[in-house]
Amino acid sequence: MVAKRKKKFTSGEGARYITRQGALKKLQLSLKDFRRLCILKGIYPREPRNRNKAQKGRSGIKTLYHSKDILFLMQEPIIWKLRDMKVFFRKVAKAKTTKEFGQMHRLLKQHPKLKLDNIVKERYPTYIDALRDLDDCLTLCFLFSTFPSLEHINHEQFALCRRLTIEFMHAVIESKALRKVFISIKGYYYQVEIKGVTITWIVPHQFGYQPQRGEVDFKIMSTFVEFYIIMLGFVNYRLYNSLNLFYPPKLSIRNVPEIEKKLVNKEALTSERIAGLNLPLHNTVLHTEEEVELDEFPLESSSEEMAEAKKEGEEMNKLKTLFKGLKFFLNREVPRESLVFVIRCCSGEVSWDKLLFVGSTFDEDDETITYQIVDRPIVDKQFISRYYVQPQWVYDCINARELLPVNKYFIGEVLPPHLSPFVDKDRDSYQQYIPPEEVLLRNPNVKLADNDMEEDEGLEKEAEGEEKEESDDEDEPDELKDETVEKLQQNAKKKLSVKTGEVEKEDPWKKHKLEKQEYRLREKMVKNKHRRLYKSMMEGKKKRSKEVWLLKKKRRLIEEKEKAARKGKTN
Amino acid sequence: MLSHQLKRKLDKANNKNLPQTSKTDDDDDFNSDSDFYDSDVDEESSDLTDSEADLSGSDEVDSDDETDEVNTPSKADGSDEVDSEDETVDTGSKPVSTTSSPSIIKKIDEYAEHDTSDEEDIRNTIGNVPKNWYDEYEHIGYDWDGGKIEKAAQRDQLDSFLQRIEDPEFWRTVKDPQTGKEIVLSDDDVKLIKRINSQRIPDENFNEYAPWIEWFTSEVMKMPLRKFPEHKRSFLPSKIEAKRVSRLVHALKMGWIKTNAQYKRLKAKKKDQFYMLWQTDSDAEKMRRIHDHIPAPKRFLPGHAESYNPPSEYLFDERELQQWHKLEETPWKRKLHFIPEKYGSLREVPAYPRYIKERFLRCLDLYMCPRGIKLKLTIEPEALVPKLPSPRNLQPFPTFLAITYEGHADMVRTIDTDKTGQYLVSGSDDCTIKIWEINTGRCLKTIATDAVVRCVRWCPNQALSLILVAAGNKVILVNPHVGDFLINSKTDSLLKDSPKNDTIINERVRATVQWTEPSDTEYDRGFRAILQHFKEVTQVTWHGKGDYFAVIMPDGQNRSVLIGQVSKRRSQLPFTKPKGLVQSVIFHPSKPYLFVATQRHIRIYDLIGQALVKKLMSNSQWIATMDIHPGGDNLLVATYDRKVLWFDLDLSTKPYQTLRLHGTAARGVSFHKRYPLFASCSDDKSVIVSHGMVYNDLMLNPLIVPLKRFEDHKSCNDFGVFDVRFHPLQPWVFSAGADGTIKLYCN
Repeated sequence: MVAKRKKKFTSGEGARYITRQGALKKLQLSLKDFRRLCILKGIYPREPRNRNKAQKGRSGIKTLYHSKDILFLMQEPIIWKLRDMKVFFRKVAKAKTTKEFGQMHRLLKQHPKLKLDNIVKERYPTYIDALRDLDDCLTLCFLFSTFPSLEHINHEQFALCRRLTIEFMHAVIESKALRKVFISIKGYYYQVEIKGVTITWIVPHQFGYQPQRGEVDFKIMSTFVEFYIIMLGFVNYRLYNSLNLFYPPKLSIRNVPEIEKKLVNKEALTSERIAGLNLPLHNTVLHTEEEVELDEFPLESSSEEMAEAKKEGEEMNKLKTLFKGLKFFLNREVPRESLVFVIRCCSGEVSWDKLLFVGSTFDEDDETITYQIVDRPIVDKQFISRYYVQPQWVYDCINARELLPVNKYFIGEVLPPHLSPFVDKDRDSYQQYIPPEEVLLRNPNVKLADNDMEEDEGLEKEAEGEEKEESDDEDEPDELKDETVEKLQQNAKKKLSVKTGEVEKEDPWKKHKLEKQEYRLREKMVKNKHRRLYKSMMEGKKKRSKEVWLLKKKRRLIEEKEKAARKGKTN
Repeated sequence: MLSHQLKRKLDKANNKNLPQTSKTDDDDDFNSDSDFYDSDVDEESSDLTDSEADLSGSDEVDSDDETDEVNTPSKADGSDEVDSEDETVDTGSKPVSTTSSPSIIKKIDEYAEHDTSDEEDIRNTIGNVPKNWYDEYEHIGYDWDGGKIEKAAQRDQLDSFLQRIEDPEFWRTVKDPQTGKEIVLSDDDVKLIKRINSQRIPDENFNEYAPWIEWFTSEVMKMPLRKFPEHKRSFLPSKIEAKRVSRLVHALKMGWIKTNAQYKRLKAKKKDQFYMLWQTDSDAEKMRRIHDHIPAPKRFLPGHAESYNPPSEYLFDERELQQWHKLEETPWKRKLHFIPEKYGSLREVPAYPRYIKERFLRCLDLYMCPRGIKLKLTIEPEALVPKLPSPRNLQPFPTFLAITYEGHADMVRTIDTDKTGQYLVSGSDDCTIKIWEINTGRCLKTIATDAVVRCVRWCPNQALSLILVAAGNKVILVNPHVGDFLINSKTDSLLKDSPKNDTIINERVRATVQWTEPSDTEYDRGFRAILQHFKEVTQVTWHGKGDYFAVIMPDGQNRSVLIGQVSKRRSQLPFTKPKGLVQSVIFHPSKPYLFVATQRHIRIYDLIGQALVKKLMSNSQWIATMDIHPGGDNLLVATYDRKVLWFDLDLSTKPYQTLRLHGTAARGVSFHKRYPLFASCSDDKSVIVSHGMVYNDLMLNPLIVPLKRFEDHKSCNDFGVFDVRFHPLQPWVFSAGADGTIKLYCN
């Protein structure tokens, strides 16, 4: 008896993957339902190690799913729900065509709903996992909260998105978790740190909704949002719980005019005020314990690390109380929500025009206001007791973690550039361009020199010359010493014929050239195996350094132009 | 426009009123009305003055008659007419005019003349055809008798403007599309239109709020109206209804349907849909999860360029912008996926137009993009460069150009030094060989030959002053007469009398080579013996002892390698079969081995045992030359495909290391006899000196470190440097260039 020959692709890479069409057949679902299921369950195609084998030798590029993923989907009770839904929609359609509207309405009332709680738990085994994956969730929820109601999408989604994002922002305010902010041309980036997990999300600029010409399928996005709102809700619940807050949030509303109470129902009244972001939420516990200071454990970690951690902790504390005791007033033209969120995250007090939005706490003519955020060229009536600054100041302060001098941010001033706080601070300056402003920010000592230079150009050149000389001297202190010794000796005994030998200077340029030549020869000894990799890496390096060079050049040209313009003005 | 509106309004108004009015009026009136109207048209062919008269007449009647009887038919009539006719403005006026003589109407039989169901406006008989068909004609149509209806005089804009100014009635003048005549609307018509415009019932006399007449009483009477009693089932509860109710109750019980109260409760409950899902921060409940999960990579965080107010160097200049737009089709090649912009203040920042699209694409990526784990290299490229000792620690080696030997008129193909390191011999394409004094750079002697000199080799035997010169088909033994006089004269005397050969020279050998004595003039030039070959000789090489030498003629097929012996003045052919195009041969420095390099392989033959010892694979396309390490265990091979191969003969038949030091074909390699140095030269005009240390310990592999690259020669006909030789004693290197010079590099 001859042993049966093993069929191809029945084990290993070939059996590990299944094409999308195969998956559809196996699950007996339509593509639409499959897509929905994949989005909700977080199933994605995989990139096989060997595509040819994984596709069982078929040509072209197929979407491949892990067969275990598909088996996993097969166990999912939601599949049955999706099938029920299919039946349900058929019933509704039938009632509609036969004009049994009563029946139709009755059916629609019991619209089957997917329960996604278990899926959230399954996809995110721990709370930390959920936090780690919150970036996309928040970005999409914040986007949906700005949408008008759209066709084919449950309008409750938009309202829920708005509610949940507001609640999340409240939690961030209460925990003072904000770390970085950035105004980009796309929107506002916020970075918070919760439980040691950094979460970054984007909120679009105002009036961001534009009808999309068939490029965007809102239904797919809404399927994502369907899952994300459930996830965000549970995260919020736990977040509030850990902050000892009531969930859903509760506010103590005082000073509400009677008319408003009459006109608006209580629910709307609170939800509006919550959306104002300006009032502290109710605590479940009266007194919360004080901040725990870092204890020293000299045995566990090295002292350097400890010091660093301590410094970081101090800086965090500083950021949390950055605006403590300061009162801000927002003019009508500034983005209210963003600024209130940001200022309150740093313990500032903030208010705005009563008519702008509910929830303002003090008026413009309050004398204790320290800063008024203004974004218009001229303000007619100005109080002497406060600074009128542009909104960028607030964001820059938070990124710098200190109160910056306001003089550059006054009304009508040309603002200094707004820099991203997300760039890597330890990067190589040859590989990535660091604008001078950032250098200044990091190292205030440089700032002084630069300021001097700016102030008077006449002195600058001389100073530069001196600096050069000094630097030369510093480079060869030995030489200097030798020379002085020599002079002294010459003065003392001129007759002595013995001379100290001259120090031969090593030309740094020549040395560099030699080293470069040596390196170039050594480069040829790169292993054959690594030759291509090395080449591509070097190319990338070259490209990056070229980019840096280009930016530097552009900067130089701009500065020269500015200088010329300034000179022209003074003359 | 006005007419159109009017028609619609009329329609609406009539639809509302008809059901009420139709009850009150009698049908006779209704039909006969239109009849009368038709006849009217027949008689008078719709004269403007007539219609005016009609209108005025209607005025009177309206004001006089205030009864329902008169008014209601007009209403009904109006509606019908408008329904049937196409946009006529004067419709409003007509029904009124008809009311002027209700008495006449009644006299005429309703179906007397023709069927009235089709109530067209037949003042113009062309029918329902587009009016623009008559644009080119003088007439606008035909009347009932077939006569042409003349077009009214067309006015241009100026005329109409003047009329508007002059004519006080202009505002109420409209054009009849049927007849093309202008009609002035009467006050009544205007009033009617106004009423319709303000959405009131057109007839002002119609009473909307007339008292309701109850035709059937709502009061329950004592006595039945019908004479038979009610059916039994009217007293019994309905079974069907009971069934329906029970079905509903069942559905409620089963929860298939819910009461409104239940729905409300559910809605209230829905608010608390969130609860504590995770009890702790980091404890995971055991449940079935996705297999081998790969988390989605996070989005890149923005850099300075994305700021709303970036430093101005980040903004695109014109060239960059052009470049950006050029890559519309291949956006992934752009260096930024957006155009950086700078705004003076926050209030000027608009919404980002691609924001929603970007979020959507991210969503697509999350569920459609295949995920896989790829290891990312975090090393610097410098880490891939092998760590080699610094050249400074490997001195001495030649570092600078010391002397250039100039004098040859053409490319110098070959050079060699004598054993003492005093003299240098070079052979060139100008058919001469030159003897140089190394230290001074002086040319001591120039010896002319008949052909291009391909190879010169100084005899390694110190007791002999002999040079082998391969020029054309000849190999010449030359005594240069430089250096020690005693040695020179001894050499001469040694070569003077040729030894007597007892053996008979093989026919095959004789056909290949013939040893001849030089003529007197040749002898004066220094020639001591001349070997005439049947093909061109490309290379000669000495055996270490200086008695044997090998000659190559690549075109010689199976006779391409020839081994000669100076002392006996005879040659022999070691191979009987051709092994390929022989490129180079060398003798092993200590063992009786011969290395023969063909195009791709190197074969090592044992000359005593007369057997193939080893075959080395070069893995290259075309071998140029080779050289053997003085130890005899390492071989260097230069190939035309830019490689220099280092063979460790103890290790394997494959190259121990392949050095890609040169950019173009490598033409020469050479080992130093004493120092651990080797050099290679190539057509890219460069000479590279490397450190090649061979250890006595068999466990240690040779150490190869490139040390220095010289690039002083000039290129000539795409040739760079032909040959490279070390000084026998000093760490100096000579290079023979295609530019006709020889250069010496010293340390």
